[in-house]
Amino acid sequence: MNKPPDMTQLSLYAKREPVFNRRIDGKFRRIKWAIMALCLAVYWVTPWLRWDRGPYAPTQAVLIDLAHRRFYMFGIEIWPHEFYFVAGLLIMAGIGLFLVTSAVGRAWCGYACPQTVWTDLFQHVDRLIDGDRNARMRLYKAPWGPAKIARRLVKWAIYLAISLATGGAWIYYFADAPTLWTEFWSGTADPVAYATVATLTATTFVLGGFMREQVCIYMCPWPRIQTAMTDEKSLTVTYKDFRGEPRASLKKSQKAPDVFGDCIDCNQCVAVCPTGIDIRQGPQVGCITCALCIDACDRVMHDIGRPRGLIDYATLDDAEREKAGQPPTRHLKLIWRPRTLAYLAVWAGIGLALLFALGTRVHTGLTVAKDRNPPYILLSDGSVRGAYTLRLRNMEGRPRRMEIAIVGLPGAVMWTDDSARADAARTLTRTIPADATLPLRVYVVAPPTTAAQDFTFRVTAEGEARETALSEVTFDTPQEANP
Amino acid sequence: MAEHHPKGRLDEATNTETVGHEWDGIEELNTPLPRWWLWTFYACIVFALGYSVVYPAWPMLSSATQGTLGWTSRGELDKDMKAAAATRAKTVAALADMRIEELPKHPELMRAAVAGGAAAFRINCVQCHGAGAAGSKGFPNLNDDDWLWGGDLKTIETTLLHGIRQPGDDATRMSIMPNFGSDGLLTAAQIDAVAGHVLSLSGKARGNAEGAKLFADNCAVCHGPAGKGSRQFGAPNLTDAIWLDGGTKDDVVAQIGKPHMGVMPAWTGRLDPVTIKMLAAYVHSLGGGEQTPAPEPEAAATP
Repeated sequence: MNKPPDMTQLSLYAKREPVFNRRIDGKFRRIKWAIMALCLAVYWVTPWLRWDRGPYAPTQAVLIDLAHRRFYMFGIEIWPHEFYFVAGLLIMAGIGLFLVTSAVGRAWCGYACPQTVWTDLFQHVDRLIDGDRNARMRLYKAPWGPAKIARRLVKWAIYLAISLATGGAWIYYFADAPTLWTEFWSGTADPVAYATVATLTATTFVLGGFMREQVCIYMCPWPRIQTAMTDEKSLTVTYKDFRGEPRASLKKSQKAPDVFGDCIDCNQCVAVCPTGIDIRQGPQVGCITCALCIDACDRVMHDIGRPRGLIDYATLDDAEREKAGQPPTRHLKLIWRPRTLAYLAVWAGIGLALLFALGTRVHTGLTVAKDRNPPYILLSDGSVRGAYTLRLRNMEGRPRRMEIAIVGLPGAVMWTDDSARADAARTLTRTIPADATLPLRVYVVAPPTTAAQDFTFRVTAEGEARETALSEVTFDTPQEANP
Repeated sequence: MAEHHPKGRLDEATNTETVGHEWDGIEELNTPLPRWWLWTFYACIVFALGYSVVYPAWPMLSSATQGTLGWTSRGELDKDMKAAAATRAKTVAALADMRIEELPKHPELMRAAVAGGAAAFRINCVQCHGAGAAGSKGFPNLNDDDWLWGGDLKTIETTLLHGIRQPGDDATRMSIMPNFGSDGLLTAAQIDAVAGHVLSLSGKARGNAEGAKLFADNCAVCHGPAGKGSRQFGAPNLTDAIWLDGGTKDDVVAQIGKPHMGVMPAWTGRLDPVTIKMLAAYVHSLGGGEQTPAPEPEAAATP
């Protein structure tokens, strides 16, 4: 079944075989166009959506503000200490990939992966400029001349324009998009913006324009993992060899329909493949399950009056059942199996936990760091002082007054750097600016003979909810050090 | 055993050509790497060679090649130091022009000074006062509210500039306590009685009439009749809870018999005036700093 290898070329290093895939129209081609349009539209439009957060916060709906360490997503604002939300989303994305793979095979690779989307786009540019498969092959073999150079330059210029438009759009997620747009094109943007655009444009140009399937086969780890994750119940693009083999040309098989299978060896499945593989050799790492070969084969089967589905989305189990004359399993049934449900349960569990955390989080925060060197200070009147650095977080878009109180530690009072010891009290009040953290160094003084013990700082924010945050800390004394 | 076969033979199981090597029946298949990968590898080698020409790299007998760019890590550090100095220049100039008493009116400068002082403290002061400025026996704790010479910004700066008991510095602080024991000024029994009285001032012992009289005759000159000390002479307050040289009876007896007196270097000339201001600001910020020179209750009473 396999073609014998080319014996003349025996080198440790293989030259890339360029892929000239033929234009094809069909159900899956149209799905690919729709998903590409959707992905690019979401990617381009998102940074330009506005979201009113009041006077103290940016009005961009989705913004990764690295300088101020804030991540805005519509009504949600993530602070650095809440990075677990981002970590949780990344874990969900990972498990989501497992879930999709176990349910519908390599759907990610075939439709949604950026490398697929860009390769598809660039291959379309190839067809627009150089023509379809045969014209491109001729041009590839033709010697370099003015006409070929001109075509190449035009094509690469379009590659570059697409790379700039797509790679360059990434920066608008990291700053106010309209401002950055003006700055970028007037040459006053931050050098980091230009460097980012240059890098992403260059990588898109090289990876999408030239390396293409090489990225999928040699660089990307995901196909290897997917290969291990798919099993006989995974939906893959399958060539039904029991129906197709032995192959023969249309003429030959029409003469002897009992001897030959449905495959007329027209090679259309190979011609349309964006990664240049032959699906008839069985499941292989180069197959991204984009299903363009299904479109091509179905069209041929229709034309020669044989049933569609010689190449089809099917599981290996299905192929066996069909071979034995049984009806195939319904695809929905494939999704509801223990493995898929386990992934779904884990995925949904993390999602619900994140939603719960999001719904119950308070917008007031307190962290306390105790001075450890020295752990306590004996004052001249015999009382003992401990020093603490409080960090008060106001995670709302308006300034808020907060009351800080000592809970426990009888007789203790506190004062701060910006107040006098004479004004020491059990509670003090500070206004925390909007969406900010206020560091406050606090001295707590307890009467002589106080024993070492734990006590609590309590922060209560003004407002109807009266949100509180607590932090328990230790108060050290000389009695503890010298028993 | 390694054997050799003709290259390019087809392996039966995989239908892949082999490279002609066989080890104990295991053959090596020819599954070529892509050529672009090879090019990347060559490019890395070229880059590495070029890098080792322009940057210091190859070890020679006594040193290493210098590289054509003339780059050195020392030069890099020098550049960084100069850049740091340039960023600090404005703050340093402002601090140099300012009297230290004015500092609290400029919170931004104060913050910068405290930060700079903290860094300078870790280099120059921790040897005696400890990393947390908590001192130890004989070395004052700079966090507390007990100051022998005063704890406002100006006084702390003066102490830093001129030190304590520094010969050759006219403005240095000199505390002088007689050697009551070793010079024979008081007998051992008298010293014991005075020590008892001193401890009674802070409620650590019962008072005694002899000690009280001896204290009034010998000690009140500097420490004041009530033992509250005097910043004029750097005489410690004997009624509070802080004992620089120890608060047990033995410690007090030893201190009266042959006093231990603190020494601190004068930092004029060793550190520049701006660093000294920063250190003063840092020490003042440790929690015991006084806002204004504290009144001297007993010095006012004694003309």
